[in-house]
Amino acid sequence: MSYRFPSDEWIKELTRLLNESESYASSAQNWEGDFMFEIQPDEAFADTAYLFLGLYHGKSPDAALLASSDEREAAYCVSAPYGTWRKVIDGALDPIQGMMMRKLKLKGDLMKIMRYPKAAKEIVSCCALVPTEWPGT
Amino acid sequence: MWTFVSPRIVFGEDALDSLSEIRGKRALIVTDPDILRLGLAAPVIERLSASGFETQIFSDVEANPEIPTVLRGAELAMEFEPDWIVAVGGGSPLDAAKAIWVLYERPDLQPAEISPFIDLGLRKKARLITVPTTSGTGADVTWAIVLSDPIEKRKVGLGNWENVPDLALVDPAMAAGMPKQLTADTGLDALTHAIEGYTSTWHTDMTDGLCAHAAADVFEFLLRAVADGTDMEARTRMHHAATSAGLGFGNSMASMAHAMGHALGATLGLPHGRAVSICLPYTLEFIARQAPERAAQLAHRIGVSSADGEGGARTLAQAVRDLTRRIDNPLSLSEADISKDRFEASLDKLVADAENDTQMITSSRSPSSQELRKLFEAAYEGHSIGF
Repeated sequence: MSYRFPSDEWIKELTRLLNESESYASSAQNWEGDFMFEIQPDEAFADTAYLFLGLYHGKSPDAALLASSDEREAAYCVSAPYGTWRKVIDGALDPIQGMMMRKLKLKGDLMKIMRYPKAAKEIVSCCALVPTEWPGT
Repeated sequence: MWTFVSPRIVFGEDALDSLSEIRGKRALIVTDPDILRLGLAAPVIERLSASGFETQIFSDVEANPEIPTVLRGAELAMEFEPDWIVAVGGGSPLDAAKAIWVLYERPDLQPAEISPFIDLGLRKKARLITVPTTSGTGADVTWAIVLSDPIEKRKVGLGNWENVPDLALVDPAMAAGMPKQLTADTGLDALTHAIEGYTSTWHTDMTDGLCAHAAADVFEFLLRAVADGTDMEARTRMHHAATSAGLGFGNSMASMAHAMGHALGATLGLPHGRAVSICLPYTLEFIARQAPERAAQLAHRIGVSSADGEGGARTLAQAVRDLTRRIDNPLSLSEADISKDRFEASLDKLVADAENDTQMITSSRSPSSQELRKLFEAAYEGHSIGF
């Protein structure tokens, strides 16, 4: 089974994988801070989508596709066009390199997130494990 | 898409004379007490004074520079208002100067906020010159800043492309007086930069040649530089190799040996070069099991091994051990005079700090917490990695 990106099912599958990951649980055991992923439109995707990922003490208690970023508060927001998200999830773009090149934009407490590089890497690894179906292909 | 950043580099004999080309009014010299005592800052100050500069010295930088130190340096900079900051020394003064420069330009920032994800808008007040006095750090040409947090006893990796120095003066005469142990430690630091810059997952066509060239030169010239400090050919090649490795790893990042070495430096006080070089063979053997290609390719490229895969990577690890042994440096933490009790009491913190070090993200094989624990234990006992 594969999950369309972006969708409520996709982000919930990411949550399920994170909650199964011992590596994520240990690396993020003190982490508190939810994420909002903003998927911006480009030639392959006409809409703007918001994926909320709750993260607390090494677990992901909830996640959802939102109609608007105002629906939930998140400590961090990562924004990028749809095609950039696809490259990240396919493993073609390291998201940290992407942020350094301003391909992805990160808002939030950078001092805090710089202390959890392994947890960030584990989230990206779990993203790559979600069987993903891409609209328009 | 990726990028490559570098300062202008003036290198070789009399490189320091390029200071006469610098135009400005005030220069803040950032250095450490030993550099000052040894007179190594004097030729820099003389040249700047001859060009009409007023100079101020900040020489409080300690080994593994601490955050409060750079805050004090930034305060001095704000009082003195330099248009150039000139860092003279090994990695510690050079990293401290970068942080002082950023905080002088951006007093609204905390040191921990110096990240690659923001725009700093530097060079409105000052620019940065680096003058390395050791042959290993590479900090003369990198944008990375490593500071120590004295409260958490942890090293923090900071930096932003904008804080790459404007000018690096790589004059071998400035490192010619290094004692044998410092030559050995810093030379192995350069080797670790070269090898990790090559094996990093962020390596590129722009960095591979620099790292391979530097690694080959360290294997060829470090033993000579340690054995005979007056061998200026060896000194010069090592000085240039350190800067080449800095350009390489500064753009491709270091890796797991640095993550472990930072933890060892902060927790057990090992000198940086010794700490990372002790870890390097173990981390090479660890990546050899699952991701040996880059290490094997480098071993082949620099003539250490013609074997592919795990065999090539393991031969590179052994070559590092052989060189380390020949220059009388320790191959394990026990040989580095770390007591078993002290090591075991620190092990949980070492693992936690290493796995959350920014250098860990570019390792071609990510260790679990348990594997990282075993890596530290092997590095303590001096056992090869078989997992």
